[in-house]
Amino acid sequence: MKNYNDLILRTMTQLIAFILLGFSVYLFFAGHNSPGGGFIGGLMTAAAFILMYITYGFDNMSKVLPINFRAVLTIGLLVATLSGIGAFVFGEPFLTQTFGYFNLPIMGETELATAMIFDLGVYLTVVGVTMTIILTIATDQKEDSQEQAGM
Amino acid sequence: MSNLAVLPIVIPLIASVISAFIPKKLGLSRFIAKLFAIIFLVYAGYLAWVVFTDGIIVMQASGWAAPFGISIVADYLSVTLVLITSILTTAAVFYAPSSLSQLQESYYFYTFMFLMISGVVGAFLTGDLFNLFVFFEVLLMASYGLIVLGGGKVQLRESLKYVLFNVFSSMLFVTTIGFIYASVGTVNMAHLAERIQEAEQAGILTGLAVLLFFVFAIKAAIFPLYYWLPNSYIVPNPVVSALFGALLTKVGIYSILRVFTLIFNHDIGITHEIFTWLAIFTMLFGVIGALSTQNVKLIVTYNIIPAIGFILMGISLYSSAGIEGSVYYLVHDMIIKAALFFLVGALVVAAGTDDLRKMGGLITRYPVLGWLFFIGSLVLAGVPPFSGFIGKILLLRGSLEQEEILLTVAALITSLLILYSMIRIFVRGFWGDTVEGLPEGQNKKVRHLTIPAAVLLAISIFIGIGAEFIYPHVETIANMLLDRAEYINAVLRE
Amino acid sequence: MEILMAILASILFATAIYNLLQKQFLRIIIGTVLLSHAAHLFLLTMGKLKRGNPPVLVEGVTNYADPLPQALILTSIVISFGVTSFLLVLAYRTYTLNKSDNMDELRGSSDE
Repeated sequence: MKNYNDLILRTMTQLIAFILLGFSVYLFFAGHNSPGGGFIGGLMTAAAFILMYITYGFDNMSKVLPINFRAVLTIGLLVATLSGIGAFVFGEPFLTQTFGYFNLPIMGETELATAMIFDLGVYLTVVGVTMTIILTIATDQKEDSQEQAGM
Repeated sequence: MSNLAVLPIVIPLIASVISAFIPKKLGLSRFIAKLFAIIFLVYAGYLAWVVFTDGIIVMQASGWAAPFGISIVADYLSVTLVLITSILTTAAVFYAPSSLSQLQESYYFYTFMFLMISGVVGAFLTGDLFNLFVFFEVLLMASYGLIVLGGGKVQLRESLKYVLFNVFSSMLFVTTIGFIYASVGTVNMAHLAERIQEAEQAGILTGLAVLLFFVFAIKAAIFPLYYWLPNSYIVPNPVVSALFGALLTKVGIYSILRVFTLIFNHDIGITHEIFTWLAIFTMLFGVIGALSTQNVKLIVTYNIIPAIGFILMGISLYSSAGIEGSVYYLVHDMIIKAALFFLVGALVVAAGTDDLRKMGGLITRYPVLGWLFFIGSLVLAGVPPFSGFIGKILLLRGSLEQEEILLTVAALITSLLILYSMIRIFVRGFWGDTVEGLPEGQNKKVRHLTIPAAVLLAISIFIGIGAEFIYPHVETIANMLLDRAEYINAVLRE
Repeated sequence: MEILMAILASILFATAIYNLLQKQFLRIIIGTVLLSHAAHLFLLTMGKLKRGNPPVLVEGVTNYADPLPQALILTSIVISFGVTSFLLVLAYRTYTLNKSDNMDELRGSSDE
């Protein structure tokens, strides 16, 4: 374990990472008719994850968040595609969206739109892409020795 | 009903996503790829049949009517190209397992391939200029993934140049769309076509047309913007090169065909005159490139460029014979280019090198491959009665009608040189003394690589010999492109 | 305001082209990023800059902002985000394999 003097970073990360995560969820739900949406929410979530990766290191984080981000990316794509195809079942053109008002237990009367399913797909895809790319570059040092043997 | 038009985009997309879940299970992902490719092929055939019998199908995404929403238009030209794309996809899926190493195949090859097919089909089907940009990006992103597949030093180096070049042209495309939106106020193609007839500032529009042509010319590799193409197309695996050569540049030339027949035909004197000269230079420089090298892959890659020149030649004539010739040549060239790339891939495996100087006498060991290659060369060069001949005869008739003597002469010289450049491979590689040290035990692999190419060649020969059957459809396409009213009415007044 | 934005976009275009013509990968990538910013800014300006209500959502809105350029830019931003991140990975891999980030040293030659 490296002994960096990163007390400030660690303390602030505990706070900021969760504010970021909360804000990203807000942005995601604000999505379909006010500023926000799956893309920006996903980026915000990814930013929070990366902050945590920077602070706590790759090994710790892969225990805390045992997520395969490639799978997240794929699931996101699948959700987005299926939400478009869903319109076929109702005989509507591709990507047709609808919305309605529902009474949810905690949130009261909420507007829920099927556009949100598509947005969820976008959200997952963005988180997946960003994390995959950054972790690919960040963890590359380890693979270098294997690769030179294989080349 | 209207959803019929969007399914060709969705089917490969689903295939892409599903195969992304199982990259390591090769048997399963091969099976799924073949399954979806065949579904796609059957569906594309069905769609083409429906469109040619019942007329154009338009899908307005989310149900927003035409100029406001995104239109997906399955017209005669689009469905024909979608059908060809589906044939090539099927051939590629059957070719890939023998051509790629298992490592390359497991590194999301099928995901990227189907994503690229989805983008290509989207670009053919879209009725919206900005949407065209989006589908360009989809297919380019996937092509970036394919070009670096299993990347070694040289491959990554050339890929980087390819990506940078395409990023630049994409941003130019966005800027041009900005200009078009500012001056005409719409990005829907049918709506643009109407508005431009009413617009008064013809000078600005011509400027925009040339800018847009520049963007597409980068993608289509038209003189003088083809220099990125040869090196970046030979570095990936033959199956990837085949898809690139048969589809990506053709998307560029398709966009030119679409935009400059539907939208920007207000000032044919300027734009189409430029095309004539560029077509001449593209044909000649491309074929000179093919003659300049001893690398078999590079010879076939350079031969992409004169084909683009021939298609551009038809667009520049802007007559019914010219457009018919372009469409015929486009269809013919997509299939034969894929077949030739497949054959060259097999040849490189058989000879163990891509240097023509180190080959010789392969005909004794691989007679089928040799004769298929010979037939492929004849088809490409346009020797009667093969498909290249019909396309060329239409183009030449068109250019003689308008007394474009220089264009005609350039086209004839190019045809001859294409034949020479291809026959050189046949004579040097298959004929002559057998060289020492040919790799042993490749017979089975070569046979697997030859079968998809043979099927494509058979289709190509059918397009030539069955011209009686094909030509009426080409005529329908050309009439639709020249008349425009049918397309505009189908999109805007439904 | 439109004039200012147009000048800003043109400055961005100029710096982008300057950076694209450099030799190091990173500068070239920064060039592509700037190029996409310039294109987006330009696209926004082309749709006329004004404040207004969202159209479509409520009936009878008269003073509405043009939604199309915004939709186009959003799409385009997402795309250039994807391309840029891919480009960074690719440049990094090319650098580690070829041991150089100088375009001059990465020219192809026929003997390979």
